[in-house]
Formats: sequence, structure tokens, C-alpha cells
Amino acid sequence: MKSSELTGNEREAVAGEIDPFEAALRLGDVKGRSPWEDAWHRLLKNRAAVTAAIIMGVMILVVVIGPWVISWDMDYTDWDHTNSPPSLANGHWFGTDAVGRDILVRTLEGGRISLLVGFVATIVSLLIGVSYGAIAGYYGGVTDRVMMRLVDIIYALPFMFFVILLMVVFGRNIVLIFVAIGAVNWLDMARIVRGQTLSLKRMEFVEAARACGVENRDIIRRHIVPNLLGVVMVYVTLTIPQVILVESFLSFLGLGVQEPMSSWGALVSDGAQDMESAPWTLVFPAVFLTVTLYCFNYIGDGLRDALDPKDRL
Amino acid sequence: MISRRPVPGIGLALGVALLLSACGGEGESTPIDRAHRAQPVTPVFTDAGLPDPSVLAEEQVLHRDNGEEPQTLDPHLAEGVPAGNILRDLFEGLTAESPDGRVVPGAAMRWNISRDARTYTFYLRREATWSNGDPLRAEDFVYSFRRSVDPRTASNSANMLLPIENAHDVLVGRETPELLGVEALDEYTLQIRLSDPTPYFLALLTHSSTFPVHRASVEQHGARFSRPGNLVSNGAFVLADWQVRSRIVLTRNDRYWNAANTLLQRVVYYPFEDLSASLKLFRSGNLHWTYEVPNNQFHWLEQHYPDELVVSPWLGSYFFGFNLTREPFVADPQLRLALVLAIDRELITEKVTQFGEQPSFSLVPPGIGEYETQVPEYAGWTQAERNEEARRLYAAAGYGMDEPLRIEIRYNTSENHKKVALAIASLWKQVLGVQATLINEEWKVFLQNRSGRVLTQVFRAGWIGDYADPYSFLQLFRTNDGQNDYGYSNSLYDSLLEQVASERIPGRRRRLMQEAERVLLEEVPIIPVYTYVTKRLVDPHLRGWDDNVMDHHYSKHMYLLRSQNAPTPVAEAP
Amino acid sequence: MTLDQGLVRQLTRRLLGVVPTLLLLITVVFFLVRVAPGGPFDTEKALPPEIQANLEAKYHLDEPLLQQYFRYLGQILVLDFGPSFQYKDWTVNELIAQGFPVSLTIGGVAMLLGFVFGVGIGVGAALRQNSAADFTTMGFAMLGVSIPNFVVAPVLILLFAVYAGWLPAGGWDWSWRSAVLPVVTLALPVIAYIARLMRGSMIEVLHSNFIRTARAKGLPERQVILRHALKPALLPVISYMGPATAALITGSVVVERIFSIPGLGSYFVQGALNRDYTLVMGVVLFYGVLIIALNVVVDLLYSILNPKIAYEEL
Repeated sequence: MKSSELTGNEREAVAGEIDPFEAALRLGDVKGRSPWEDAWHRLLKNRAAVTAAIIMGVMILVVVIGPWVISWDMDYTDWDHTNSPPSLANGHWFGTDAVGRDILVRTLEGGRISLLVGFVATIVSLLIGVSYGAIAGYYGGVTDRVMMRLVDIIYALPFMFFVILLMVVFGRNIVLIFVAIGAVNWLDMARIVRGQTLSLKRMEFVEAARACGVENRDIIRRHIVPNLLGVVMVYVTLTIPQVILVESFLSFLGLGVQEPMSSWGALVSDGAQDMESAPWTLVFPAVFLTVTLYCFNYIGDGLRDALDPKDRL
Repeated sequence: MISRRPVPGIGLALGVALLLSACGGEGESTPIDRAHRAQPVTPVFTDAGLPDPSVLAEEQVLHRDNGEEPQTLDPHLAEGVPAGNILRDLFEGLTAESPDGRVVPGAAMRWNISRDARTYTFYLRREATWSNGDPLRAEDFVYSFRRSVDPRTASNSANMLLPIENAHDVLVGRETPELLGVEALDEYTLQIRLSDPTPYFLALLTHSSTFPVHRASVEQHGARFSRPGNLVSNGAFVLADWQVRSRIVLTRNDRYWNAANTLLQRVVYYPFEDLSASLKLFRSGNLHWTYEVPNNQFHWLEQHYPDELVVSPWLGSYFFGFNLTREPFVADPQLRLALVLAIDRELITEKVTQFGEQPSFSLVPPGIGEYETQVPEYAGWTQAERNEEARRLYAAAGYGMDEPLRIEIRYNTSENHKKVALAIASLWKQVLGVQATLINEEWKVFLQNRSGRVLTQVFRAGWIGDYADPYSFLQLFRTNDGQNDYGYSNSLYDSLLEQVASERIPGRRRRLMQEAERVLLEEVPIIPVYTYVTKRLVDPHLRGWDDNVMDHHYSKHMYLLRSQNAPTPVAEAP
Repeated sequence: MTLDQGLVRQLTRRLLGVVPTLLLLITVVFFLVRVAPGGPFDTEKALPPEIQANLEAKYHLDEPLLQQYFRYLGQILVLDFGPSFQYKDWTVNELIAQGFPVSLTIGGVAMLLGFVFGVGIGVGAALRQNSAADFTTMGFAMLGVSIPNFVVAPVLILLFAVYAGWLPAGGWDWSWRSAVLPVVTLALPVIAYIARLMRGSMIEVLHSNFIRTARAKGLPERQVILRHALKPALLPVISYMGPATAALITGSVVVERIFSIPGLGSYFVQGALNRDYTLVMGVVLFYGVLIIALNVVVDLLYSILNPKIAYEEL
């Protein structure tokens, strides 16, 4: 591999994360555990990541099932108990907001939206980023240079401003939030994937495929992209929390999802306004939000460690 | 392999504990406890009605939150409340206002109004000067009025001057500014001719678009004439410093004709946009006067800051509008009435807006002179009766639980609008079964959609009076008026308004306006909800101001009292 | 290779690349902001059409769009961003000139703090990998990236300004006291992020062959860390810092709002919401130039820290 083909970031990425697959692929690794199995076992031994994953699983379960179980509707306004602190007596365990809506059910419904935004926007950025990066890296040369120059230009666009304009131009709907955040977030992914692809395409199995006359498109799809999986997974788990934070920032600016829908970000930013007069409107959604971001970060770190050969010392 | 990471629980527990401790401790007693706050001495007045010097604080510097950065300090280009507040301190029009909002002589010492109420003759104060010492003459006003309506100035508040003869033709460029009906009869006498009798004309003259500007400095500095150092003004204060989006500092104008009675040495205006931030600045002693207070916190504020919280009626109506050019609201006033009736206004003002807003069933807010706000019959019913009637009308219009009305409620991004819209949607759902969808739009988009009348069905509206006259509200519903986002059109109403415009006998004019409001309300183009209040925190040391429905508070009337225990001033610049 | 022609050639090439980048940026933003519904002079008090026309004529908004576009390009050539539509007494140049020093101060100090503390904590944690100290600091660091700053900021204000009264609750007067809370709020997530990056890369470097060799040679641990491990471990931090610094300096919208600070960040949001076309264009362009400049700096730092990288591929 010609090192001059890579920038520092990519070099580091290449050095850091591709080796296990490379090694495995080279050796064929018939008898021993596959590198995936290896990684899986390492992951399972990482108690932090496992705990985080379990909490996350429970969280997702609660958020998905909870709103069906709870007797309050998320848009029901209980006029007898507006701004009520948490209370077992009136059935609002987490209290109510200024118009008497149950914070518990809104926190759970908000969680659905936040997680949905997190996942979908990340998938959007993933789709764009992986295909873009893989194509740029695989074809190289002028294609690569033009494509990467474009990424540089978009980098120079202030991200927040861009998202705000999109929201303003196209109105406020949740699909747009996915697309807007995803469409801006793919840049990093594209860079990482391009770096990986640059190294992958010089591997023997790719050379072999090419020698056999397999079309470029199929090589990218069958050989390059699957081998990017490790990097991509790490990236995904670390991007989801970022996206959730971005959504909360949009909500702070009043550009989040439409009422009566909500998100953790919207609830937390509303609650932060009244943190003294009605702390319960802040604390509950904030804890859910923080725990979730925490878990994703730990899972992401765990995955990275598990997929990192340097740890097998 | 040994576990390499901590169990997340540890960090989590810490994080949660931190959050809880940060929020939990706040309900209890804190250093800002009422007993610890400095209290002002009891004011003592001199025979002239001024506060005795012995009760005044040593440092007379007012720190005043102004809500946002003014768009400009050119009085003729200015619009909006923040600019208006500062300009009323810097400049003085022909008339001014007393603390309680009465029109009083300003740069003009007195005036005559002709028999047909179309010609005003103003006699200027001979002792009045500009802040650079130049005398203030009638010619200055002539120049300024012309500049204000000159199309080249491109003022967006020039329509305030439309009652003046030829103003419209000048504004659209059909006539030269020289033809405007403003004339200097001599050095100190100014005559203004109006095209219609305009009983509120003297009140209009407190608006910044009628303020005089100093010709020589405008011509010398051009667009930069409103900068500190360049700005020559004739009010009680002069511009000393302007840091964009940080502060605007005014100092006492020693050349103001009434400078002897200006007690404040300096006024610092801050453009704090975030209401919670402004509240915290007030609480930590950095402000004497907030622009507003956060919406949800009435009870908290009432409990912790009862002496500081000031709520007073404001000349504004908060209502929602129907788009009468779009189904389902084109023909059927009964359906609209059902929706109007089904809203429990007391619930909204008590539980949602909380600050003492008055439930309203009309367009014109109370408190304008002798005008009797028109109140429909159902205003006297109980809410249960209204709900029953609403259900009957709703069913009669062909809707029911199986076939609910599905409509959209549009509002612009704002915590308060959101809450009221939520409450309305919820009440409609609970009383009638209406399926209302909320649509929150960013301001400019909202404005465009609202005036476009293509997308809207029910939308947030409301109006703050430009001057204390019902006409300011009624004119919104004239056929094809620029503000008529409702598509309301009624020839009887239009002709009533025309009669109002040319009527010079106050009693008859009032009755015409009352009739117009009655006509309007019968056709239910709007959903009145409540009349506005202003709500803010004011340091009890600050005196000299009073409640008024226009919410105009001149700094020249204010002064700071000494604290009981310390003679030192309470506030420091943040 | 000497520090030298390669570098000079590279820099020239990059600078030449800046022009088309900026041109594209201008074009995209120019047309994007004009697509947004509503105009700069729409207000609640609907203007009579005549006044609207007067206003549009004054700001050349009545011209065909392409003509406006080329007029704007012409202005940019002489570095004139035009008058702001919203803040009518000021030009965009003046607004940026007033806002940038504030943003630079807050953002710059926050970044500096973030770097110093982040690297320190990261290295410390890496050296004591898996110790209680490592777990605790990293747990806190995780917290720093998991709580939105619009929660952190009001909590800090309540604690240190409202209750304790040590610091102002907001506002800006160029005193260090008015800078403390906003800087801390901005720096916390940066410290957390850099600490995590640093810890990860440091651990990786410490496990690499050349460090093992250095240790095997019996070099003192201190020297191994400072002279050999630190530099390569800093690389990912450096590449993070380029865009992050630009974002901090220009984009601290939340912090500016909560602390009422007159920086540049709010102009991105306010400008867009007010359809203040010239202001938006001005700050976006300014940001573009800043981020390009910072990327060049990052690349230079990169090549200094890691001389193996060929300039051609920067």
C-alpha cells in the first residue's frame, strides 16, 4: 500500500481497525474462531458495554411498550392537575406539564421519537456515507479527488444553519428532521469509509475478483462494503447519540417535532426553562436522555475495543 | 480478560445525583430569600411632587431589559417595541405621555384644533433645544415629517402618518414630500392638516415616526447618523454608547428643556432575548426592569417575588382567526360559533396563561376611554351552557362523534402560543370531538401563509393597539385591508368604518364603532380568547413609573430609591 | 524532506482551491436563503404595497435574482458584505467585526481549556488504564457529552450567579467574570470529547511496537510518554480540533442565547429566521473562510507531528 494515498486520519483508521478482517481473510481461518466470533467474545467480556446494552434494551422496550400500557394519552390534558408535581395520588407518577399532560407518557413517547430520529438519521447518513466513500475510495484518481473536494465544501457550510434553513424551507416534519440531520452527518462516514476502501481495494481478494472480471459495482457491493462493517458499526453506535443531541438542539431553537408529538430534546429544553418552578418537567426526560446517550457511548466504545486487534495483547 | 470499563451504573448514578441535587435544592430557602433582599426606604416627596433628595439612591443608573436588539435607532425607520422604548427616551415628539399614559405636551407646549378637527396648530416650546445646543424649530418638524413619509426613506412605519393630508400620495411617490400637509407658520408654530378628523391624532404624535430628527447631522452622517457620537436628539437622554446585542447606554441630556426633573443619570438598555436568562439576571441584581417573565412561572414568581412582579392590562387582544375563504368556514357562522363557545376561557387564563389575562368574547380590549366593548349574549352564560349550545350547533352543522370536524390550527413558534393552541385543541376535542392538528410554523413562514389565505383554517392572531382607539382594532377587518388575513368582507361593516373615519363628533363616532364591532362579532370571524397583560419584574427601588395600557414607560419619569440598610446602589452592570 | 518547497507548493495549491470552494458556497447559500418562504421585510403589521416596494427598491431586492447575485459577487470582491436588513443601522462587516472578537475569545479559551484538560485527563486515564481513577474520570467525561448544554448552562447560572452570587448571570462586558460561565459551559463537552479521544489513541500508541521498543531500551517512562507516545497520540485530537474550533467560535448559539452574549453564533439562526439575506451570507462566508483556514492549520500541525505524511495528499 502506498502510504502517500492516505491522509493521517485514514492512516490511523487503517492501522487501527482493519487488521482482524484482513488477517482472517488472509488465513481463511478454518479451524479457529472467526474474527467476528472473536470480537463477539471480547465484547461479551466488556462488562460496561454489556450492562449498557442491557439497559439500552430495557429502555427501548419500555419506550416502545410503555405508552400502550399507561392509561394516559400523550395529548390528554388533565385540567384538574396542571403543573402537578410527581404524585401517586393523581396517577401522574412523573407529574404533568403546564397544560396538564402526563410527563411519564410524554417522556416515553418522546423517547420513541428521539430514538427513531437517532436510528433513522444515522441510517440515512450511513447509506449516503458508505456508498459515497466506497465509490470515491474504490475508483480513486479524479473521481476521488472531485468527490472529496465536494465533501470539503460541504464541511465549510455551517451545519446548524443548513439544518435550520431546511426546516424553514420545507416546514417541520419528522421525516425532514431525519433527512436533514442524516444528510449533514454523512460527511465523516464518507471520509472514514473512503480511507478503508483505499486499503481494502489493494487486498488480494479484491485483486483476485478484479482479475476474474467481476464488475466494479459488484466488487464494491460484495467485497468492499461487507468488509467495512466493523468500522461502520462502531461509527453507528457513536453517531446515534450525536444525532439525538442534535435533535435536542433543534428543539431548543423551537424547530423540533410538531406538537403534540415530542422528543426528549423538546421535553428537556422545555423543562430547562422551568427547572426551579417545575423541576420534574426537566429531571425525568433528562435522565432518560442522559442514560441513553451514556449507553450508546459505552456500547460504541465496547464495540470499538472488541473489533480492535491491538487489544489482543 | 479483565473488564476494562466501569459499570455504567456508577457514572450514571453520579450524573443523576448531580442533576437531582442541582434541581432539588432550589425549592428550599436560598440566598435570594425575600428577607435577605434589600428593601427601599419609604419615599418622601417635596412640595413640587418630586421625590425628596434624601430618599434617592446615590447612583441613579437604571438597568433595563429591552427584550431584543432594536432594529434601528433612526426614529423614522424604527418599528417594534424595543426600538420604541429607547426612542421615546432619546427623542420627544410634539406630544408625550404621562406615566399613566395620558397624552401631555411634549416639544409642543400647547395646541389648537380647528372646528372641523382637520387642522392642528402646535406652539413649540421656545426653550427646547437639540442635544448639541441648536434650537428646536418648527422647520425641524417639517423636515422630519417629510423625511418620514418620503419613499426614499422607505420607512415601514410611515403608515402611522397616513391621516396627514397628502401623506398617501407622497408615500407612493405620486407627490413630492413638499406637498405633505405640514407647514411651519413661523419659527415656533407648526400646522398640520389632516385628510380626516382623527381623534387619536395627538396620541399618534407619541410614535417615533413623528419624532424630529436633526437635519444637519442626518445630512452630514447619512445612514450613520444614529450612531453614538453622531446622534443629535431632543429627548431627556442622549445616546452615549451602543454595543450591538450587548447594551445601549443613554445618559441624561442636560440641554433637555425639563432636565431639572430628569433624575436618572444613565439608562442602560439590554437586549436579553431569553426570558429565563433575563429572570436570572434580575434575580442576581443585574437588572431593575425585565422585559417580560417566563410564561409558566406565575405561581413561583408570585411566591418568591411578590413585590417585584408587576402585571397590568395591556391594550391588546389575543384571538384566533378563521380563514373565511376556505372550507369548512366559508358559509356557516354556526359552526364557527360552536367552536367559539366550546372554549373555556377561564380555564385557559387561569391554568394556561396564568398571569391574570382577562377572558374575552370581543375584539376591542376594554380600557379605551368611554368605548363600550361589545359583548355577545353568550358571554354571560355558564361554560356548561355554552358547551351545550356548542354541541347543538356542531351537530346542526352536520358533525358528530362519528364524523368529526378535522381542522388545522396554525401558530408561530412560541411557548405561549403553543400552550394556548394545545389547550384549544384539547377543549374542542373534549367538548365536541373535533380532531384538530397543531401546526407550528416559523414566524416568516407563518406570516406568509396567514396572509396567503390558502393553507390556513384556524390560525393564531391577535393585535396590540398602535394607539388607544378602537379603530386600531376595527380596521383590521376592512375588506381587502392588508391585515385582513381572515378574508372577512361585509359592506355594512366597511361603510360603518368609512363613517367612523370622517365623523368628528366623539359620541357619534363611538357609537358607530360599537355598531361595527357588533356586526363583526355576529359573523364570528375570530375566536376571542383573552386580553393581554404585561408581566415583568421591577425592582421595588425603582419608582416614578405607573401602569398604562400602552405599556409606554419613559425613563425620564423614573428614579431609584435608597435601600433601607445601605445607601449604596443595588445594581451593578452585568 | 525539508520544510520547504513541498509545503509552500501545497499551501499555494490549497489557497487556489479556496476560491472555487467559496464561490460554490456563496452560490448555494445565496439561492438557498431566497428559496425560504417570506422576505426580510414581512412583519405582522402588513406593509402597504407601496412601502414594501420602496423598501425592496432601497435594498435592490426588486432586481432580477441573477442580477442581485452578480451584484453580490461584485461586492464580495471588495469585501463588502452590504447592509444588514435586520439591524438597519449597521453593515454586515460591522456586525461581524463587533461579534467576532467576542466569539473568538469565548470559543478560543474554551478550546484551549478543552485541549489542555482533555489531553491531560485522557493521558492520565490511559496511563492508569482500568484503574478506579480511569473509570471515574471517563464516567464524568461521558457525562460531559451526554447532557445538552442548555441544561448545563442554567444549572451553572443558578449555582454560581443566582445563589452564590460569585459571577454575573449573563451579559458581556469584556471582564473575565462575564466570560467564566459561558467558557466553562462551552469547554465541558470539549474536554470530555478530547479526553475520550486522547485516552483511546494513547492506549493504542502505548501498545504499539515502537513504544515497546523504547521501553525495552530502558528509557524512563516519562520520556517514553512525552517524547515518543504523545505526538502520535495527539493526531486524532488535532484533526478533531479543526472543525471543532470553527464550530465553537461561530456556532455557540445556545451559550450565546442563555448567557446573552453578543457573539456571531446567533446570527446564523437569527439571520436565517429574519431572512436577513446579507447577514446570513456574510456569516456563512466568514465561517467558510475560517474553517478552511483552520483545516490548513490542522494539516500543518499534522505534518509537523507526523512527518511521514506526504504533503501531496493533505
